[in-house]
Amino acid sequence: MMAPEAPARTPSAKPAQLAEPVLEIRGLCVDYGYGADAVSAVVDCDLVLRRGEVMGLAGESGSGKSTLAMAAIRLLRSPGVITAGEVLFHSRPFSEEGPRGTIDMLAANDSVLRTVRWSEISVVLQSALNALNPVITIGAQFDDLLRVHRPSFSNRDRWNRSAELLDMVGMTADRLRSYPHELSGGMCQRAMIAMALALEPQVILLDEPTTALDVVTQREILEELMGLRDQLGFAALFITHDLSLLVELADEIAVMYAGRVMERAPAASLFHAPRLPYTYGLLNCFPPMHGPRRPMEGIPGSPPDLRVLPTGCAFHPRCRWAMERCRQERPVLRPLGGPNREVACWLHAGDATIPRELAHPEPPAAAGRPAATGPARAARARR
Amino acid sequence: MSATVAGGVAVLEGKNLTKYFSVKRGHGVLARRALLYAVQDVSVSIGAARVTAVVGESGSGKTTVARMLAKIISPDGGEVLLDGRPTPRGRPREYARQVQMIFQDPFASLNPVHRVRHNLVRPLKIHHVTDDVDATVTGLLRRVSLEPPEEFAAKFPHELSGGQRQRVAIARALAVRPRVLLADEPVSMLDVSIRLGVLNLLADLRDAEGLAILYVTHDIGSARYLADTIVVMYAGQLVEAAPSVSLTDEPAHPYTQLLLSAAPDPERPQPPSLVRSGAPPSLIAPPSGCRFHPRCPHAMEICRRVSPPSVEVSSGHSAACWLHVDSDRRLLEEERTPGSVATTDPSAPQSAPECSQPTSTTRTRRKEA
Repeated sequence: MMAPEAPARTPSAKPAQLAEPVLEIRGLCVDYGYGADAVSAVVDCDLVLRRGEVMGLAGESGSGKSTLAMAAIRLLRSPGVITAGEVLFHSRPFSEEGPRGTIDMLAANDSVLRTVRWSEISVVLQSALNALNPVITIGAQFDDLLRVHRPSFSNRDRWNRSAELLDMVGMTADRLRSYPHELSGGMCQRAMIAMALALEPQVILLDEPTTALDVVTQREILEELMGLRDQLGFAALFITHDLSLLVELADEIAVMYAGRVMERAPAASLFHAPRLPYTYGLLNCFPPMHGPRRPMEGIPGSPPDLRVLPTGCAFHPRCRWAMERCRQERPVLRPLGGPNREVACWLHAGDATIPRELAHPEPPAAAGRPAATGPARAARARR
Repeated sequence: MSATVAGGVAVLEGKNLTKYFSVKRGHGVLARRALLYAVQDVSVSIGAARVTAVVGESGSGKTTVARMLAKIISPDGGEVLLDGRPTPRGRPREYARQVQMIFQDPFASLNPVHRVRHNLVRPLKIHHVTDDVDATVTGLLRRVSLEPPEEFAAKFPHELSGGQRQRVAIARALAVRPRVLLADEPVSMLDVSIRLGVLNLLADLRDAEGLAILYVTHDIGSARYLADTIVVMYAGQLVEAAPSVSLTDEPAHPYTQLLLSAAPDPERPQPPSLVRSGAPPSLIAPPSGCRFHPRCPHAMEICRRVSPPSVEVSSGHSAACWLHVDSDRRLLEEERTPGSVATTDPSAPQSAPECSQPTSTTRTRRKEA
């Protein structure tokens, strides 16, 4: 089994104290283009990913969630430019090699980035079929990776390690001889996850990893992933537009709108007691699977054009509780009530009356741990 | 097996629809043609002022069914009935006027070099629907809530958001005043926040104008929200059909149960574990008997041998599963089909390369680890 020395997560001790941060994003701004034509895709974003935790990043397309993640590891494509902010990676590698201490990702040069990318922070992209090289076998792609990053490995070692990694994600070793087009979408995505985990990273960025997959496959893969998280102890930044999925999966969720983080809260709190009208709207976009059917509204209007953002709060044209202040002043993220939750909304500042929908009580602390890690752990216990 | 339409008259009906595709297997001199059983013996009926949802994973044949009903592809077996009458071969214009399709990707289904107005005027001209083109275009855009219509008519598709584009695509389908809309995953390419808007629009069209709508989707939650009847497809076959609430609250077929447990549902305290629940089979060499039996937790001996009949579980709710067949009939079937059937084709599930998910050996190996 891989990395037996990986720190065992002790879930029972979780909610009491917060784990130490592993990736800190502070005031990050990303523009596409230069000068007058520049479009701000990410504005002043703060996120803290803690060791061994799953941070969910939710938002509509164009809200800047992928841009934020790609900028954090300097994988942004031109014309994306990081204009401000800092990204700190507090490295404490699982293996002997690998950088230690805090690394300023935005100041790091190529050779430092090379030691961090993939081996300490790896990425799983949305379309596995496009992310894998179509003209060489899965095994050759593992071989490529291990040859560069594990120079001490012999041919046999590399093959064995690849087989072990595939086994970890529930695939048989004979799949190493397959080409990507011979595998189903789910299997490709599993192979991608195995590859991302090959070098025992501390952080894994999942950019809509299951959006292209069927629900059954999606759940299987996510369960595998959460089981591996418990087993290997990596932290994950999970990007998706499917908030209902995140609630089952993440420890903490940040909701982005028009390039800004608008609400951040523990998953259970966010689901049971959303404070931001946009979060409330997003949660009401998913028809329930139980109870009587009733008409639902979704969110009126459409996501804003980043080139011509509305004044004040970017969400105000779609917000049913918009006030005069929302049209003029832009709300900033400010701490709210319970521990580690923040919201950027004027309804929760000053003497505005908070609508009933946004004032549900916080769930009891016992529910602070989302349910989703439950089955993963149960599944592991069964094995 | 047939999806009954409760309280409505079937406008469009597919009876025992079957479609094979010929696919190439292997390379060079070893290349062989094989038949892919995309849809087998599927009957669906769509009633006026009703939404019928077809739910299934990718590859289950749900889009193929919709395309056969639209007569974009012709079935290899079975027939399409409009108002209970057989339809002529091919795709006559009169048929297209009554049965319109909405496609999944509004980014691809609208002509990008022409304005919205042109996209809407084309069907009007082709079908000679009206003389007053301008008023009709305005009316169409109003019906799909694109206001002000004059402004939207002058835009190019790339100037619209995904939701607006899909509304234009719906308006275009409505232009010829069809009686049936076949919507093939109309919201899966759209952002979650605007999906409900499009679904509500379809619901309004059903309620206000009595359109018969087929809603093809992989999202059983949205099917429950919108549809009156849901039919579930698996590996090219119909496995369950029922009124939508009855189907989602009391799923009778193990596959429907699997689909429901996989759907995200933050409200349940403990999502069931689905690790190693397998994958859909190859449609070139489908499993013998019930196609779901290799993945089914309740699989019995007969499931491996004989394809299950469709039985009525409760009123209007039918499922194709041996679990719901009474034991006398099951025993009778079992005796009627000799056991040798099983020996001639025991390897069917294994021979399907795509379903080579975890073998039992991996499972034991993992247990030991």
